[in-house]
Amino acid sequence: MNLLWYSTRATGEVALLFLTIVLTLGVLSALRVGGRRAPRFVLAGLHRTLTLAALGFLAVHIATTVADSYAPITVTDVVVPFGSAYRPIWLGLGTVAFDLLAVLTATSLLRTRLGFRRWKALHWAAYACWLAAFVHALGTGSDVRSSLFLMLAGVCAAAALAAVAWRLAAGGSGNAGLRAGAGLLTLVAVLAVGAWTVSGPLAGGWARRAGTPASLLGNAGTPDTKASTGTTGNTPAPRSTRATPPAGDRDDDGDGDEGGDEE
Amino acid sequence: MSWRLRVDPIACTAHGLCAELLPEAIDLDEWGYPIIGPVPDRLLPLARRAVADCPTLALLLERDRPR
Repeated sequence: MNLLWYSTRATGEVALLFLTIVLTLGVLSALRVGGRRAPRFVLAGLHRTLTLAALGFLAVHIATTVADSYAPITVTDVVVPFGSAYRPIWLGLGTVAFDLLAVLTATSLLRTRLGFRRWKALHWAAYACWLAAFVHALGTGSDVRSSLFLMLAGVCAAAALAAVAWRLAAGGSGNAGLRAGAGLLTLVAVLAVGAWTVSGPLAGGWARRAGTPASLLGNAGTPDTKASTGTTGNTPAPRSTRATPPAGDRDDDGDGDEGGDEE
Repeated sequence: MSWRLRVDPIACTAHGLCAELLPEAIDLDEWGYPIIGPVPDRLLPLARRAVADCPTLALLLERDRPR
């Protein structure tokens, strides 16, 4: 059972990394980067291939999430966002990102049938897809407070932001108003996500505030009131406890054993 | 029945991907726009890929009508 849980986390994090690389490669292609060392068709090929690879990781990420019986996440939650019993908003953003990625991939594979203008209009949603995936990783992920995950998230955010900034700056003279609007939107997104990250996932008690079902919090909530809040002040949510898992099985750790101990 | 490549001159913005993928049939002029040569049958798969990978979908593969 533990294996599913670890697979979910690992593949989710790798998928985020891949999506970031894909986003950056897409921007590089749009900016006509390329030369003898890295020809344009290689960058375009990587953009496509790594997207398919990210979809592969996502397939495992989603399958293991649904198969894991610990969190009440159903098959419907895979495609229909914001309806889950477990952290509906933050899980829902992952669903949104997945749906968007599916549409982006399908329309790109059918690009010659779709026509350039329609394809391009749709493909702008790639930025929304990345942002949804990123916020999902921070809002749902249980490794948010581990330094390794924060490093990964930081690198991904920095790379995506640099790519967007470069694209906005290198856009030429046309569409100045549109680019100013996009720049403003980017700034607002950065500030909003940054403030949310500090006050949300990185602050105490996130598991409860994020909408984790009470049945999963119940066992963790009791020791929280008992324990002195001096050391960390964090709610030892079930998910974050498992970032440093004890030797025992997850389910025993979460429900069965503790109830038995108390009795 | 053979095939030939054609460039949509309005859609093409001189990315130059096609010349990288199909240097046997496509040269670039001094501004980076493609100059199309004949496409032998053995290069058809590469030609199809060049058509599919054109960033602006400006490259077309058409049947060459015999005169």
